[in-house]
Amino acid sequence: MSYHLNHLKELESESIFIMREVAAQFERPVLMFSGGKDSILMVHLARKAFYPANIPFPLLHVDTGHNFPETIEYRDKLVEETGARLIVGSVQEAIDSGAIVEEKGYNASRNYLQTHVLLEELEKGKFDAALGGARRDEEKARAKERFFSHRDEFGQWDPKNQRPELWNLFNGKKNYGEHFRIFPISNWTELDVWMYLAMEGVELPSLYFAHERPVFAREGTLLADCEYIHKRPEEEAAVETRMVRCRTIGDMTCTGVWESEAKTIEDIIKEVSIARKTERGGRTDDKRSETAMEDRKKQGYF
Amino acid sequence: MDNYDNMELLRFTTAGSVDDGKSTLIGRLLYDSKSIFEDQYDAVRESSERRGEEGVNLALLTDGLKAEREQGITIDVAYRYFSTPKRKFIIADTPGHIQYTRNMVTGASTANVALILIDARRGVLEQTRRHAFIASLLQIPHLVVCINKMDLVDYSEETYEKIKQDFEEFSYKLNVNDVHFIPISALKGDNVVTKSENTPWYDGSTLLYYLENVHIGSDHNFIDCRFPVQYVVRPNSDDYHDYRGYAGRIAGGIFKKGDDVMLLPSGFTSKIKKIDTFDGEVDEAYPPMSVTLLLEDDLDLSRGDMIVRENNQPEVEQDLEIMVCWFADRPLQPRGKYAVLHTTKEVRCIVKEIRYKLDINTLHRNEEDKTIGMNDIARVVIRTTKPLYYDAYRKNRITGSVIFVDEGTNETVGAGMII
Repeated sequence: MSYHLNHLKELESESIFIMREVAAQFERPVLMFSGGKDSILMVHLARKAFYPANIPFPLLHVDTGHNFPETIEYRDKLVEETGARLIVGSVQEAIDSGAIVEEKGYNASRNYLQTHVLLEELEKGKFDAALGGARRDEEKARAKERFFSHRDEFGQWDPKNQRPELWNLFNGKKNYGEHFRIFPISNWTELDVWMYLAMEGVELPSLYFAHERPVFAREGTLLADCEYIHKRPEEEAAVETRMVRCRTIGDMTCTGVWESEAKTIEDIIKEVSIARKTERGGRTDDKRSETAMEDRKKQGYF
Repeated sequence: MDNYDNMELLRFTTAGSVDDGKSTLIGRLLYDSKSIFEDQYDAVRESSERRGEEGVNLALLTDGLKAEREQGITIDVAYRYFSTPKRKFIIADTPGHIQYTRNMVTGASTANVALILIDARRGVLEQTRRHAFIASLLQIPHLVVCINKMDLVDYSEETYEKIKQDFEEFSYKLNVNDVHFIPISALKGDNVVTKSENTPWYDGSTLLYYLENVHIGSDHNFIDCRFPVQYVVRPNSDDYHDYRGYAGRIAGGIFKKGDDVMLLPSGFTSKIKKIDTFDGEVDEAYPPMSVTLLLEDDLDLSRGDMIVRENNQPEVEQDLEIMVCWFADRPLQPRGKYAVLHTTKEVRCIVKEIRYKLDINTLHRNEEDKTIGMNDIARVVIRTTKPLYYDAYRKNRITGSVIFVDEGTNETVGAGMII
């Protein structure tokens, strides 16, 4: 017997350690759940961390009202299976109440509006730690994140003044009203996530697998045709049905789909391992400027 | 891809002075190992063009923050990932600026390998010495010195040898066992992934070959059994009514089902009834596994306590000798009180004595000037409110390390290695 973990088991162990640390150090943690593969992985790891007890914190879903219907279906099933408590923050309600104003125009997206609802929900639930499935390989600003990322009373991130993290000692101390964002899968890459989900046999939303869907192209990205996107006339004319799948799952207005024939998780792994574009390459929310993610994160975006 | 299941994880840190080309080197490793995606490359190329730079500035791949891109420097630790069929690599790219040295310590604390860059035109600088010293202080098992920008010194063997000699003159005083030198040009790609024709006098391996093959199997302590209790699992369900599991990550040694164990601080003994995981019971657990231990007896044990073997106990002390690296603007206060985090335990301490400040250029122990400011390294004596169960840092990096937290600001103000 060799005393050696392969890299997936080592990553798993690190993530479980972080989750247990959160349960021990914070009074009211919450897991931010988007319905994407990374948050599915997070729920899976949380079940492992606290087995045989239930996950000792609720799931928080910020519903933009523009979700793929498959996402909501999957979410509700997962909640039923795990016995987890689900909190839903609604962007639609915030718009209806006049708290935030919907963007207009062809590129209108509710992506930015999520931040407001997220911060509201964190405050309402008095949550002092919000666990998220962000990974450092996703985006250049996320590459600078800590596992335990401090947020001031306005929920803001100060990337130039982050606490150093050494060994496996995590400092979750804070003043009243401040909170932490916690990123247990920081060190995983997209390929690690897929390999691990395959190894573990975790069930995934159908959106990740190749399916036929009406789509149209905008600025080099394929978008799913849906009522939430305001299409230009020429885009309307160009809608056609193609075989596609999602590499990330977000709001329908900003999640690009990719042409793919990948029907199984093994097909996806093959596809990802030879992919020449990043998974967020299809996210129009990241393309608004060179530092779009950093700017949003500073304001409290996940 | 079949290999993927057996890939090892290697963490390395990069250090160098300003403009030594660290970010370029990482960009080069990512680019030449085909770990950069087309759209990332295109975005970097566009940014480079907008700035009016010649060629593609690979440093922009790692400099993620706006301020960094504006100033052309790395401010904060950036983590990067790439893999080859043999290994997955986690790079902690740390800034070389003196005011950000704490980030180097951060990156070094979990690294298997430290990569130190030297600009061939400038040779060994104060920063180089500082970084090499930190690598030795944090007991990074392997050190690679990359003598970079060889293209700017006409690939001169003489220059390379001179720098190597200068470095060795300094490093023989340090506690590093495994040092390698490689002449490279991160910009041109010499000896990074492929062997260079410009350095026929160099017969060693390329940097990537080294990283893929260096032996890291013995970087954990498999001898001394240490299990800091992290969290107590008590499901309030009918199925698991009497379940009481101690969750944690193995910090040292190999724990087996049926083993006799001792609990600290109580000193009670018991037996391991079961080593539990979500995937079922396992017969043994070793670092760095996260598991849940169940004991035969119902004893008082909670977070911060430790499960060990009766015949191999850690030190149990309240008075500790520590090498500390200070991170905060406000100097370390003599007689100051701080919170101390050690394994899963938190205590308070008072700084009883500052023995000396270390001049990291000369390794001189300064016993006169005892002002310990940001980036200073000192030997101190602390007394904790409760005993810590620890091992010397050189024996176990997990049970031998602490961080200091300012109780007013909640900031992490220092990192300590127990002697």
